[in-house]
Amino acid sequence: MRERPNDAFREEAYELLAELETSLLELEDNPRDKDVIGRVFRAMHTIKGSGAMFGFDEISAFTHEIETVFDLVRNDEILVTKEMVDLCLLARDQIKAMLDAAGGHLEVDRSRTAHLVGAFRAFLPQAAPAEASPAAIPAPAAAEGAATRTWRIRFRPAHDIFANGTNPLALLRELCELGEARVVAQTDLIPPIDDLHPEVCYLYWDVILTTTADANAIRDVFIFVEDDCEMTLASIDDGGCLDDGDSRKLLGEILVERGDLSAADLERVLTERKRLGEVLVEDGLVKPGQVAAALAEQQALEKQRQNRPAADAASSLRVPAERLDKLVDLVGELVTVQSRLSQTAAGREDAVLTAVAEEVERLVEELRDLTLNIRMLPIGTTFSKFKRLVRDLSRELGKDIELETAGAETELDKTVIERLNDPLVHIIRNSIDHGIEMPEVRQVAGKPRQGTIHLSAIHSGDSVVIEIRDDGKGLDRDAIRRKAIEKGLLGEQDEPSDHDLFLLIFAAGFSTAQTVTSVSGRGVGMDVVRRAIDALRGTIDIHSEKGRGTTIRVRIPLTLAIIESLLVAIGKDRFVLPLSLVEECIELTEGDVAAAHGRNLVRVRDQLVPYLPLRRWFAMEGARPPIEQVVITSLGGQRVGFVVDHVIGEHQTVIKSLGRMYRDVQGISGATILGDGSVALILDVPQLLQGAEAEEKVATHG
Amino acid sequence: MSKHILAVDDSRSILQMVSFTLKGAGYQVTEAADGQAAFELAGSGNFNLIITDLNMPRMDGITLTQKLRAHPKYKFTPILMLTTEAGEAFKTKGKAAGATGWLVKPFDPQKLIGVVKKVLP
Repeated sequence: MRERPNDAFREEAYELLAELETSLLELEDNPRDKDVIGRVFRAMHTIKGSGAMFGFDEISAFTHEIETVFDLVRNDEILVTKEMVDLCLLARDQIKAMLDAAGGHLEVDRSRTAHLVGAFRAFLPQAAPAEASPAAIPAPAAAEGAATRTWRIRFRPAHDIFANGTNPLALLRELCELGEARVVAQTDLIPPIDDLHPEVCYLYWDVILTTTADANAIRDVFIFVEDDCEMTLASIDDGGCLDDGDSRKLLGEILVERGDLSAADLERVLTERKRLGEVLVEDGLVKPGQVAAALAEQQALEKQRQNRPAADAASSLRVPAERLDKLVDLVGELVTVQSRLSQTAAGREDAVLTAVAEEVERLVEELRDLTLNIRMLPIGTTFSKFKRLVRDLSRELGKDIELETAGAETELDKTVIERLNDPLVHIIRNSIDHGIEMPEVRQVAGKPRQGTIHLSAIHSGDSVVIEIRDDGKGLDRDAIRRKAIEKGLLGEQDEPSDHDLFLLIFAAGFSTAQTVTSVSGRGVGMDVVRRAIDALRGTIDIHSEKGRGTTIRVRIPLTLAIIESLLVAIGKDRFVLPLSLVEECIELTEGDVAAAHGRNLVRVRDQLVPYLPLRRWFAMEGARPPIEQVVITSLGGQRVGFVVDHVIGEHQTVIKSLGRMYRDVQGISGATILGDGSVALILDVPQLLQGAEAEEKVATHG
Repeated sequence: MSKHILAVDDSRSILQMVSFTLKGAGYQVTEAADGQAAFELAGSGNFNLIITDLNMPRMDGITLTQKLRAHPKYKFTPILMLTTEAGEAFKTKGKAAGATGWLVKPFDPQKLIGVVKKVLP
C-alpha cells in the first residue's frame, strides 16, 4: 500500500525544515546571497502550498506570513537583517511544533504563533499590498435552482492560440456540456491557401447556448484564454415568462441586435421580397456564416419557448437519488407492515378488518409498483459509454469494430444499471480482444473487414435480457476443454455439451488467451462478470459458433428492492426463494428417497432432477417430516430441486442486505422481515445450484 | 488508450497527490522531481499533458515550459502550471512562456481532474 499523502506531507515538511535551518544559518553569514534567499523562499512556499492542500491550515497560514516577507527580500525590496533570521529560526521551530501537534504530540502555543506573525508583519513596508492570499479558480456556480436561460456567445480566439497548447474545440465541447448548444463556425477569415499558415487559428465561433449555468460558469470555460481571445456573452432569453406578442424573433431583428447589420440596411432590403438571408448575403451586407448563426439562434429560441408551456403542463421534477432510495425503503417497510396486517386480519375472522386489510393491500401494491417505476431509467446512458470504449479499444488493438445498439430505451432500476456497467464492460472488452479478429484475418475468412458488436436490451417478463453478440471467431472449443481439464474443472473423460463447456469460461481464473494483453486475458474478467451478475440475481447464457461469433445473453430482474418470492419453512426457520426461478413444487416421500439408492435425484415427469436437502446443507437440527416438499427451480436451463419441510406460499419480499459479518455466507443472499416480525433468509439459488451440482458429481464419481 | 501525463513538482507530497488523483481518474502518470528531469523525460517519452510546479531547483516551471514549447514534440501540448502565486504578473509570465492554464494551490483532487479534463479532451 502507498503511504498516506498526509504522512508523506509531514515527513517532507520535516525534511524541508531541516534544510531551512541550514539555509537560514547560511543566510546569517551571507545575507545578500540570492541563492540562499531563493532556497528559503522555496522551502516556505512548498510548506505553505502543500500544507493547505493536506489540511494543515494553521501551518499554511503561518508560513504564508514568512513567505510574504521573503518574497519582498527576493525582489530586493527589503534587506535581510540579523533580527529577521532569528525570527525565522523561531518560526521554523514553531512550524515544527505544529507538525508535532498534528502527529498527536503536545499542544501548540498559539500565543507564540500570534506573536511571531505580528513580528513578521512589522517587516512589511507600510504600503504593503493587501494579502496576496491564494485565490482559487472560481468554482462553477451551483446550477441548482438557477433558471434556464439562452445565451449568445461569440468566441474569437487569438490567432496564436495553438501555441499555448490550447485546443479551442475542447473549449467549445466544454461549453456544449453546459446545456443545449448550437455552434456555428465562422470561416470568413480563412485566407487563400497560399497565405494560410497551418499553425494559426483563423476560425471563430458563434454559440447559442441554452443552459441553467450562469454567466460566471460560462466565462469560466474560457478562463485560461480570457486575456488573449475575444469573448462576448449576452443573454437573449431570460427564461422567465413568455412575452406572448413577441415570441418569435425575426432574422433581421436578430442580426440588427447582434450588431451585424444596421437597421436602415435591413429596412431597405426588406422592401425587396426575397428570402431575407439570401438577399443579405447577395448584397454583401452580412456573411453566410453570420446568417447561419442568427438562424441557429432563432431556432434555439423557438425551441426553448415551445418547450416551456409543455413543460408547465407535464412538468417533470429533478429529485435527488437518495430521496428516491429513502422512498423505496419506506415502501419496503410499508409492504412488511401490510403483510403483518393481512396476517392479523386473517386470524381474526373480522369482516370489517379483513375488508380494510384487503384495501390496504391493494393500495400498497399500487404504491410499490409506482415507486419502483420511478427508479427506472433507460439503459441507453450506459450504451453511449460503450461506444467510446469500443472506439478507443479497437483503435488501440488495430482492429476495426463497430458497436451497434438496440433497445436503448429499455428501462431498468437505477441501481441495477449502475451495477451492470462493469460486467458489460468486461464482456465487451472480451469480444473486442478475443472475439473479433484483425481486419486482415477477417478478410481472409471472407468476412467484412469491419467487425460488429451488437448490444441490445429488451424486456422479457419481469426481467431484462441484454445480449452482446459479436461476429468474431467464436469460442475455441478444444482450447477451452484443454484448459478446463488443466484447471481441474473437467475430468479427462468428460464430454460436456458445447453450452456447458462454454459456460466454464465464467469460472474463476479461467483464460485461454495466448498472451496477456492490457485489455483482457488475465482470466479475471469473466469470473468477475459471473459474480456481478449473480449478485444482481441474474443469469448468463452463452452461445458460440466457430468462425461465426459469440452471443452472450444476460438476464437481469427489473428491480432489486422488492421481489415476489416463495416462502418455505424448515423446522421453525423460514426461507424465501425468488418466485421467478420456481417452476413447481412436488412431494418427496421416504419411499422416493429409498428408491433413489442414496442419490439425490427425484423423478419429475420422466426426468431426473437433482435436489439439495436444505436441512442437511445448512446443518439444521430436528427430524425430517415423513413427507417433504421439493421446490423445483430452473436457472439458465438447468433444473434443481430444494428440499424443505413445508411450502407456505407466495410472499412479497423486501430485500434487506446482510451485514458485513454475513456477507460471505454461502447460499444466503439476503434477508427479509415477515409479517409476524420474524426474519426469513433469502436463498441464493445460483450459489446453491453450484453446490448441488458439486454434490451430485461427487455422488456419481464416488 | 489512456492519456499519459507528466507531473513535475519538487514537493514529493504534492507530486504524490497529483499522481494518485490522476491515476485514480484513469490517466497514466509519470513523475519528475524538477524541470531538468522533466525535460529529459519529455524528450524520450510522449506525453499528452505536462503539469508542472513553478518554483523548483535545477530548472523552474517557466523555463521548462519555454524549453518544451521550443521542442517540436511539445509545440502544441497542453501545459498546466501549479502555483500558489495567483497574481496577474504570474499569469502573464506563464502565458508568455507558453503555459496553457494554471491551477492555484491548494486545490482538491476534484478541481485537479476538472482542469485536466478541460485542457485534455
